[in-house]
Amino acid sequence: VTVTPILSVLPTRGLVDEKFKVALENLPPRFPVTLHSLHQSEDKDYWEAFGYYVSDDRGRVTVSQDASLGGTYTGAEPMGLLWSMRPVPGSRTGLRLRKMDVQSPMVVLISAYKGHVFEGFREQPPMASAVTERWYMAPGVQRIDIRERGVKGTIFIPQGPGPFPGVLDMWGGGGGLVEYRSALLASHGFVSMALDYLSFETFKTHNECLSYFEKVFSIIQQHPQVIKDRVGICGLSLGATVTLTMAAYCKSISPRCCVCISGSHVFPSGVSFAEVFQFKEMDMGKARLDEQKRVIWRDMILPIPTDPQRKVAMGRIKCPLLLVNGDDDQNWATVESAEDMAKMMRAAGNDHLLTTLTYHDAGHLIEPPYTPHFRASNFIVQHSKQKVVMLWGGQTKPHADAQEDSWEKILAFLRQHLYPCPSSSLPQAKL
Amino acid sequence: MKTWVSNRQSTMETNLWRLLLSVQPSRGLVDEKFSVRVQNAPPAHPLTMHALLHSEDGDTWEAFGHYVTDSGGDVNVSEDPSLGGTYDGVEPMGLLWSLRPAPGSRPGLRFRKRDAQTPMQVRLSVYQGHQSEGFMDRAVLASVMVERWYMAPGVRRVNITEGGVTGTLFLPPGPGPFPGLMDLWGGGGGLVEYRPALLASHGFASLALDYLKQADVKNEYFEDAYRVLQQHPQVCKNRIGLVGLSFGSSVALKMSVYSNVIQPRCIVCVSGSHIHAAGSRLKKTRYNEENQVIWRDLLLPVPTDLSKKVDVGRLQCPLLLVVGEDDQNWPVPESADDMREMMEGAGNSHLLTVLSYPRAGHLIEPPYSPHCRAGTFMAAGSRKKFIALWGGEVAPHSRAQEDAWRKTLDFLRENLYCSAD
Repeated sequence: VTVTPILSVLPTRGLVDEKFKVALENLPPRFPVTLHSLHQSEDKDYWEAFGYYVSDDRGRVTVSQDASLGGTYTGAEPMGLLWSMRPVPGSRTGLRLRKMDVQSPMVVLISAYKGHVFEGFREQPPMASAVTERWYMAPGVQRIDIRERGVKGTIFIPQGPGPFPGVLDMWGGGGGLVEYRSALLASHGFVSMALDYLSFETFKTHNECLSYFEKVFSIIQQHPQVIKDRVGICGLSLGATVTLTMAAYCKSISPRCCVCISGSHVFPSGVSFAEVFQFKEMDMGKARLDEQKRVIWRDMILPIPTDPQRKVAMGRIKCPLLLVNGDDDQNWATVESAEDMAKMMRAAGNDHLLTTLTYHDAGHLIEPPYTPHFRASNFIVQHSKQKVVMLWGGQTKPHADAQEDSWEKILAFLRQHLYPCPSSSLPQAKL
Repeated sequence: MKTWVSNRQSTMETNLWRLLLSVQPSRGLVDEKFSVRVQNAPPAHPLTMHALLHSEDGDTWEAFGHYVTDSGGDVNVSEDPSLGGTYDGVEPMGLLWSLRPAPGSRPGLRFRKRDAQTPMQVRLSVYQGHQSEGFMDRAVLASVMVERWYMAPGVRRVNITEGGVTGTLFLPPGPGPFPGLMDLWGGGGGLVEYRPALLASHGFASLALDYLKQADVKNEYFEDAYRVLQQHPQVCKNRIGLVGLSFGSSVALKMSVYSNVIQPRCIVCVSGSHIHAAGSRLKKTRYNEENQVIWRDLLLPVPTDLSKKVDVGRLQCPLLLVVGEDDQNWPVPESADDMREMMEGAGNSHLLTVLSYPRAGHLIEPPYSPHCRAGTFMAAGSRKKFIALWGGEVAPHSRAQEDAWRKTLDFLRENLYCSAD
């Protein structure tokens, strides 16, 4: 019987954005091992990551300190076993890992294998294994379905007496009711509403559109657990465009702050906000295909129009705005848009509200940290129902770093603007 | 209904703020440390951190510490001192180990988790100012639920009923095989699962054994249980240890010395004695001023007659003794001294390690759970209830639990995982 190493993962049950410590002990000294992670998604696909290590003179491997010598990640990467995951060989193509049921955790099996293995992990027994859970919801966070007045969403309420600041959380053109970021925001103390805004019947006019979003915002604002004047908006991709439109044009609501991830102020259809949701007039002519026939949409809004009718009037924004972009975004020309937004706000005199974070070699889908990066994945174009492989962009390691850094900054930004702070003993001054 | 918290105590003007309470990890193992932080409060502001736990029996346990925020408006329980409450000083885990029954509770309570598969759920809250009572009637500034688990994810629980043995086996995740442990509780009897569940979470296939169902349990029962463990396909048959508490320790010592079947690789005896219980003199029962039963004298004085105690000079494997010097239930310190003397005389004292803790009592359990100085006790098979004095003072006892658990795990790893075949 050979010596069994002792593998530990702490915490055994963590939030998705919490770091963990993976350590191996009781190996022979200077022994090559592979640390491997395995996860089965809700769609039943298998995802894995691995790193090559050599134990020290005491027979230990400490993932948070030691350098991986190869595998799906290299270097000292405490969370590499999660963010560098990719579908196992033989999987279906174009996969994207997303948790739709946030009330259960992602379960990850971490194993240690003898030697430096690059394939066939499931055909050989590991030396040791440990199981860890990764949760989007902290204990005690409540999840409530919202189906009222034509609005379909989910509200997550943090634990505790409340009331709390609120955040309206919107995803992109892929549609659906995506809850995980909202659940995580609630785990950090914000009442958060995930919204399915694309399955709503087509808006006929610009005003109908605005009044729908005003209604949505007021549902959060008027919730008994929400502090009325501390509601912000967070949007990704198309959701970011919606966020900017709401901030600029809605009359009866005023978000306290906005976060726009991988978004643009340019109306994709080029004409009006309402038509964004009909996708009718989108200029598909500028969509490109790369050598692997993956769709690149970034040129569709380029060059950034000078005609003010074709973009959100940034000068009308009255609240702090945080932009988060990856400079390798192949889906939307977000970096160019951010430059134009800054120009418009400088001209209007409200650029002191703007903060822009640009991450080198990050792609379009900048999500909460330690979840895998997808350079491209299957996508169904809403209006045509066409199935394509969409190129999002980004390189794995820089993208993972961008997710980690931006999430910390997004949370800090939301806290700064939405959590009333005792240092200002006078009533909050209007910006 | 108020829409925000205002601090009306210190200034005349309304000062609006909402604090942020975070606990990491929010779902931890029972022996894992957590970090509790408060942010966004005013500087130099008094706050009370409070913990609330409902037991499976419906009793309420609480703990609290008084803090003052720093110049940044923060409290970090791992670094800042509690100025008073159920614990004081810098105590990262004080909110758990100083939990005690809420005022008005039934007497003699002891916190024990019967269902090892679900977590303890502790509510941590922050209150305004320095409060010491009436928490249920006060407004809370912030509150989070924290889970404390005996079972790590992936640990499997298996009912054991073969060969006449009743027990529960907890298996760590992974391919195995694993070193094994037989976990023997004390005279209260029953099937106590939480410690073996936690041991499995640390890599040991652990068998909780229900052995006090009949008044007169036979030695063969333990040998059968040991064999069941040994023969399990996921257990390394020659890497098995024994862990005992109280009467379970006596069983562990007796079996290891006298049984041909039970040959553990190492033994941990918590709050145990080598003196045969059959020699106990009931008339030596004492009572303290609160009428709590002190049983420590029943086995004293330590007999010199070898037939009245386990001949530990014949022990052939490492032995770790965990001793609470304020043990009021068994004469554990005296027994440990005698065992050392016997082993020195026999030449096997190199096998012995004694961990002795001043002001710790009898019930030395996994860390960060409430301490019980005296509690309701009913011996297995009897109907008479006593309030037994276990001994120990809260802070020293809790420190003993933390230190002893860590050293117990190190001892088990060293002897069952690391030592050469």
